[in-house]
Amino acid sequence: MGKLYKFLKYFFITFWAVFVVAPFLWAISTSFKDFNSVNGGATYIPWVDFEPKLEGWKVLIKSPANGGVDIVEPYFNSLFVTCTASLISIVLGTLSAYALSRFTFKAGFVKNNDITFFFISQRIMPPIVLSIPFFLFLGAINLLDSLIGLIVVYIVLLMPIAVWIMVDFFNKVPREIDETALIDGCNPYQAFFKVVLPNSIPGLIVAGMFCIIFGWIDFFFAFILTFTEVQLLPVKIVALNSSITPWWSLSASALVSVAPLIIVAFIVERYLSKGNLSGAIK
Amino acid sequence: MNFKHKYVFLFPGLFVLIGILIFPIIFVVRLSLSGWNSYNGLNFIGLENYIRLFTDDPRFWQSFLRLSFLSVTTVILQYVIGFALAHMVWKDIKFQRFFRVLFLIPMMTTPVIMTVIWRTFFHESLGPVNDILSNFGMSPKWLTDPVLAKFTVIVVEVWQWTPFMFLLLLAGLLSLPKEPFLAAAIDGASPVRKFIYVTFPLMAPISIGAIIIRLIEASKIMDTVYVLTSGGPGTATETSSFYIFIKGLREFQMGYAASMSFTYLIIMIISLTVIAKVLTKVLLKD
Repeated sequence: MGKLYKFLKYFFITFWAVFVVAPFLWAISTSFKDFNSVNGGATYIPWVDFEPKLEGWKVLIKSPANGGVDIVEPYFNSLFVTCTASLISIVLGTLSAYALSRFTFKAGFVKNNDITFFFISQRIMPPIVLSIPFFLFLGAINLLDSLIGLIVVYIVLLMPIAVWIMVDFFNKVPREIDETALIDGCNPYQAFFKVVLPNSIPGLIVAGMFCIIFGWIDFFFAFILTFTEVQLLPVKIVALNSSITPWWSLSASALVSVAPLIIVAFIVERYLSKGNLSGAIK
Repeated sequence: MNFKHKYVFLFPGLFVLIGILIFPIIFVVRLSLSGWNSYNGLNFIGLENYIRLFTDDPRFWQSFLRLSFLSVTTVILQYVIGFALAHMVWKDIKFQRFFRVLFLIPMMTTPVIMTVIWRTFFHESLGPVNDILSNFGMSPKWLTDPVLAKFTVIVVEVWQWTPFMFLLLLAGLLSLPKEPFLAAAIDGASPVRKFIYVTFPLMAPISIGAIIIRLIEASKIMDTVYVLTSGGPGTATETSSFYIFIKGLREFQMGYAASMSFTYLIIMIISLTVIAKVLTKVLLKD
């Protein structure tokens, strides 16, 4: 029984690990190919199945005029939009989450939980529902196809995540901490910034990571609300896909685009193992 | 202690969110009651859009059924696989951290970009899947056969989002109290019984949360479909979001698209509430 279970366990884990890695390996292999090794049917191992070429990687640094793929600007656009929107969401979300965790609100039948639910429930909103009015509105105020317009929209996507994680986190930070600070003569703002916030850094990091993930991987809004002036990374890569871009440069640019967030996986795992994520979903 | 300060903390976030959202939402409702075109803007046409939607548009309802099928199937698969994986790397295992990080990675990658890779992966003549299958004399049309295309979408979605389920469930497992497991160990319960009578019931609330969160996200399936099959072949993988997108932002029937998206939103809210209630009842029966 024990042996069989152990065997099945390692079998399943190995199987899944292979499944997870497969597209990456395929992309890495493809990125070193040239025309002949792609179009003659699938090939896998460099030097054995095909002669590796650096063509796919070289186009990344060439200028578009010379047939290069310009992903540098989209890269920085994506980085800028994601980081700005995450930062704003975290700042505003953390303040609101602190209020919802520590104070009692009551306006008619609306109580704390309802306000928290209002924040989180914004994730239920299908992007398509918002995309049409956003498209028309941003068009009306000339923010269509601009970084600012995207940041505004991304705040809606990300703030619910920040509030969700931070409310939960603050609920686990003992109230005595702020109460002691208040008795010691701090005003509520000092208590928050000097005492509570330094004790909430793990929560802030986790919330930040999630905001960055969900900002970085979004395609839909960037796709609908920008055209030519501003291009984000996912939109750029998908545009490459539909044009006649060869597989090798497509794979190389795809790999470069997904690489930075893989570091995030390590950070998330760290906080997961320390137990900082545990309460977040109850 | 009297805190007027509490509003200073709450309001910036709340008002920014409401400020960004309120006009679009009101506008969707208004737009759904209108015809729209770019030269003379809105003209009020009452419930016409809704009448058309409910009486004369089987394609919308088909796409909704397809969405339900795809999201429920993928979430069930993700839950089962995610739970299995989380359970396996929860306790002592070799290379524990390596596997944990590895299993999280797909979630960190941009779905559309990975889907671009998957497209080459499932390519009919040049992709590795069919290269291997061709040894057995098969060459399935992963992206252009109506049934297989759905399967491919499911595979990609499961690859992409099982890590999220895995993350939520592993976080849950790591937060479980130790005592029930000690008691089960003292009673000499077998691993299977331990799972059925201790782990699973303790995980029920977390499971419900994770399933609902994933259902919410899965109900938005759109980017994967757009890149992988563009809703095709025909409409075989077209989901609600994608159909609304075509009507609204490709054919520019904004008013009609708005009425569809409003209907879709209402259906989503109702069905997710019902699912949450039913799950709570089934999993937390005692």
